[in-house]
Amino acid sequence: MTAACNGTGGIVAAVIIGLALLVVVPLVVDPIFLIELTSYVILAILALSLGLIWGYGGILCFGQSAFFGIGAYAYAIAVINMGDSTIPLILSIVVPALFAALLGYFLFYARITDVYFGVITLTVTLILYKLMGTTSGSAYTIGNAAIGGYNGIPAIPPLNLPGSPTTFLSLDGLFYAAGLTLLAVYVGLRLMLKSRFGQVVVAIRENERRAELLGYDARFYKLAAFTIGGGIAGLAGCLFANWGMFISPDVFGLAQSAQVIIWVIVGGTGTLLGPIVGCFLVQWIATQLGTQQVLNANLVLGTILIGFVLLVPKGITPTVLDLIERTCQRRSYAKPLVEKRSVS
Amino acid sequence: MIEVTNLHSGYGRIPILHGIDLKMKPGEVVGILGHNGMGKTTLLRTLVGNIKATSGRIDFAGHDITRASTAERSRTGIGYVPQGRDIFPQLSVMENLKMGEIMRNGESAIPEMLDHFPVLKDLLERPGRGLSGGQQQILALARCLAGRPKLILLDEPTEGIQPSIVDLIAEKLGELRAALNLGIILVEQDIRFIRQLADRVLIIQKGVFVAEISPQQLYDREAVDAHLGI
Repeated sequence: MTAACNGTGGIVAAVIIGLALLVVVPLVVDPIFLIELTSYVILAILALSLGLIWGYGGILCFGQSAFFGIGAYAYAIAVINMGDSTIPLILSIVVPALFAALLGYFLFYARITDVYFGVITLTVTLILYKLMGTTSGSAYTIGNAAIGGYNGIPAIPPLNLPGSPTTFLSLDGLFYAAGLTLLAVYVGLRLMLKSRFGQVVVAIRENERRAELLGYDARFYKLAAFTIGGGIAGLAGCLFANWGMFISPDVFGLAQSAQVIIWVIVGGTGTLLGPIVGCFLVQWIATQLGTQQVLNANLVLGTILIGFVLLVPKGITPTVLDLIERTCQRRSYAKPLVEKRSVS
Repeated sequence: MIEVTNLHSGYGRIPILHGIDLKMKPGEVVGILGHNGMGKTTLLRTLVGNIKATSGRIDFAGHDITRASTAERSRTGIGYVPQGRDIFPQLSVMENLKMGEIMRNGESAIPEMLDHFPVLKDLLERPGRGLSGGQQQILALARCLAGRPKLILLDEPTEGIQPSIVDLIAEKLGELRAALNLGIILVEQDIRFIRQLADRVLIIQKGVFVAEISPQQLYDREAVDAHLGI
């Protein structure tokens, strides 16, 4: 079953289920929850970007929110100046991808790995947080866009149809756009991971030295995966800026950086479904906890997360897939015995 | 094909190789014998670029590769099957084989490898971690050969392998060597295995070659022990 899930059939099934959810969900949930759900979908794209570089590339990046924030700011500044959102949307992918390529070049080619990589990426993110916080005042204006320091950039124009700056996306429309983007990123990454490039990335995660002995420049492949992850996170940032029509340096904060890692840990690394599941679940629990007044929400959420790490260390999705695989194996082992008995 | 001149290397400040000289012709099989800690694996790892040479020179196929990266050396035609096999446990047998051949243009070498190692045919979809030690060794060898190297470095390929698989590996290496004009540097503790394959045997002690003997001389246990310093 898991083999089937990993093949083309699995991708087709994912597309059908994804499209079905996109059609059905807006019909059955109330508009307020749809807005909430849209943010989960957008954040799931961010989770997927880390799922790629950590789960498949083996690169533990504590600064994925840096690319998310850069994408959001790139979109906001560009769309305020340009009016039409088409080029700003592209910039929200290209600018963080270039930033990831530049940062990754110095880190990977200097052979910086493991915890050092995590510390440096986190530091870069926190530097961006401080840097963007100091941009209040009229001196920090790019064209018509005032960056606004810790106050952020409000009233960001939403996405519009390409070439038609006055035809904006509605809230429903943003849900569809975010859902289709999540689906497209998921399918794109599945296909990429099935390609030779993807297999080399996985092989490097498993044994970097061995991959180099087979002729692959591990630094280049890791840089490429990191850059793709940066671009995807930037795209999520663009959608996030659309969702709230506001962006502030908080996207570069420690909480945001840690949150992405928690989604992936809860959902499970080494799968693409895991980060999506983890993001939806953690965000939903956080929202539910926020609606009650009895218990401290952060305390409860922290306890739940510790419970997850201790009880389901591999994360939800790999654990469930393992269970399914074991069940299938038990059935396939049991079959010949039944046949033998019937023969005898 | 490969010429190593006055090669020195080591781990950090600890020198292991103290001036290795080696010259091999295409298709030649050289066995390397020595006690643990004498520099056999260090020599192989220096040749493939895992460890940087501190001085000396390595020429391969007419090119100075002393400062080349591991990946570049592999692309020039040096294959390496390390101790412990190092297969990719999460990838299937077929994916492991593809990893070995991806960098090569032209025809796939995988069907040829499967003909040489038919035991892999039934295991193509199985993940590497699900193979026995012997199967993993065969896969590591087939994956290395799928890259069509001109020279392969084998680090104790018989370690922990059952005798029937050892015989199979020896037989196949003999066939492939003749068919592909394949050079082999063989680090091995199993004297019988070296005798089956090697054209000449070099004895390594404390990071230098101290003697060269013929495979026939390996039958003389006393002479071997004398060369090894026992």
